[in-house]
Amino acid sequence: MNHQENYRVRIFLARVVSYVFLAVLSILCLFFFYLLLVNSTRSNFEIQKGFSALPGQSFAANFKNVLANANIPVFSGIKNSLIVSGLTAALSVYFSVLTAYGIYAYDFKLKKIAYIFIMLIMMMPTQVSALGFLRLITDIHLKDSLVALYLPGIAAPVVFFFMKQYMEASLPMEIVEAARIDGSGEFQTFNHIVLPIMKPALAVQAIFTFVTAWNNYFLPALVIDSTKHKTLPILIAQLRSADFLKFDMGQVYMIIAIAIMPVIIVYLFLSKFIVRGVTLGSVKG
Amino acid sequence: MSNKRPNRKKGSVSYAKWGYIFIAPFFAAFAIFQLIPLASTFFYSFFEFYRSGLKQIGPNFVGLQNYIQLFSADLPKYLGNTLLLWIVGFIPQIVISMILAALFTSLSLRLRVQGFFKTVIYMPNLIMASAFAMLFFALFSDSGPINSALVSLHITAEPIRFLANVWGTRSLVALMNFLMWFGNTTILLMAAIMGIDTGLYEAAEIDGCSSWQMFWKITLPLINPILVYVLITSMIGGLQMFDVPQILTNGQGSPNRTSTTIIMYLNNHLFSKNYGMAGAVSTVLFLLCAVLCLLVFKVLTQDESGQKKRKSHKAAKGAVK
Repeated sequence: MNHQENYRVRIFLARVVSYVFLAVLSILCLFFFYLLLVNSTRSNFEIQKGFSALPGQSFAANFKNVLANANIPVFSGIKNSLIVSGLTAALSVYFSVLTAYGIYAYDFKLKKIAYIFIMLIMMMPTQVSALGFLRLITDIHLKDSLVALYLPGIAAPVVFFFMKQYMEASLPMEIVEAARIDGSGEFQTFNHIVLPIMKPALAVQAIFTFVTAWNNYFLPALVIDSTKHKTLPILIAQLRSADFLKFDMGQVYMIIAIAIMPVIIVYLFLSKFIVRGVTLGSVKG
Repeated sequence: MSNKRPNRKKGSVSYAKWGYIFIAPFFAAFAIFQLIPLASTFFYSFFEFYRSGLKQIGPNFVGLQNYIQLFSADLPKYLGNTLLLWIVGFIPQIVISMILAALFTSLSLRLRVQGFFKTVIYMPNLIMASAFAMLFFALFSDSGPINSALVSLHITAEPIRFLANVWGTRSLVALMNFLMWFGNTTILLMAAIMGIDTGLYEAAEIDGCSSWQMFWKITLPLINPILVYVLITSMIGGLQMFDVPQILTNGQGSPNRTSTTIIMYLNNHLFSKNYGMAGAVSTVLFLLCAVLCLLVFKVLTQDESGQKKRKSHKAAKGAVK
């Protein structure tokens, strides 16, 4: 009896310690975003005056000022970021399933080599070929264009790997063979039977590729020159290199919030789905 | 990842061409946007090819001169910076993630509201790194909110000049990397732990093992492949570190280039159109990553044989018990 009580007390204490630990980490994660939100609602004057944990009333004013600021074209930045991220996600996802299906469903000579090749280069950073990429797009007149940012999305090895894993678990070949017997062409089978089965995987990967493209800074900064094509991360960098003290700090926080918040809001709605998706594409333990 | 599927043999012979058609766009795009650029990157690394004012020098073949210059001057320093920044963020990341994964999966603790905690700790992973760095720059600047809070709470008399200090800057970079990645690592480790046969723990409990012993003797050895995977992919990610230090220090790697990473260095060469040196940096980076990619490949393809091994391992353990 005493022993059992002892055990219960110990579990209780362990639980308390665990919750405190989790709470501290959660606060650490949320703290900076909280400060961001608070400061985006305060005027430059209030921000310069000092720290405050409570929001001010200048949210609308800051927002208007940001949109009116001609040096940092946030509106076209959002538009460009949406175009690039949306098309990257669509291209990556569609062509990755197509490739995964090609390797999963058909037998051909180079199949194994193709698969091993993709697996080998899967983790290779694109930065290593950035120099050649820049020279290439300059030669084919795609420098300073959004096309150069989303077209390479057709070859997305990580997305491919995820799709292949998912396909092996949830696409029985019998379905495909049944469709063939019914006289469905190969492309038709892919578009009308395989894609719908892959929907959950498509959704998860579309979100991840969208977010990655939305946040991408290195390559866009090298590819894009003209103001009208700049994406949000480039504008953030521009904000950083501008003479900081002359800036309206309310606007600075507002621009950061505009860059970060859409992703966070979508995430909060889909978090369960996304968190579950993280593990699907990795090694099985 | 077995390629042998008994049901596939039947009707597949005549469909072989479709396999090629379906994988063609991927490989075409890969060849055009990755492979050819990679080859030309290697190529330029052997040339003197840069811009001096408005004049373009080269390309003149110079053999290994770019590499010699690279290794004798800047590369060791920037590679060292990159590794240092990565390690300082990675150690707390793996330790905290391991603890969290153990807590979340603990059968005796049975923690509640796990969904909420997981949502919160994963969130920073989706943040735009450049915007996050800009936020930190604003918050930790000499007259920023953090300093004004520290001063008004009388924790420090003077504002702390985080970004003028070598370890101040490095700690901020490491803190950001930690915040962005520990949630992701936690989720991966959790999935690995949950894949372990619970019978092992039950048997250990009957034998009077403490949870501490179970963690070190059962959990850790069995999630070893995932730990290797996390370590290597994180290292590859670390080598690519760019957005955070670039924005935080405005591309200067200040103070005194102690936070300049290898990609920031590459970026500088690309911006100034110093293609010869940029090529050499890229090639070195490629070789480093190639080794790491091979390791990832081994971990991922070992999956099957590893599972078999583990199963027999489990069976052996069961027999002993």
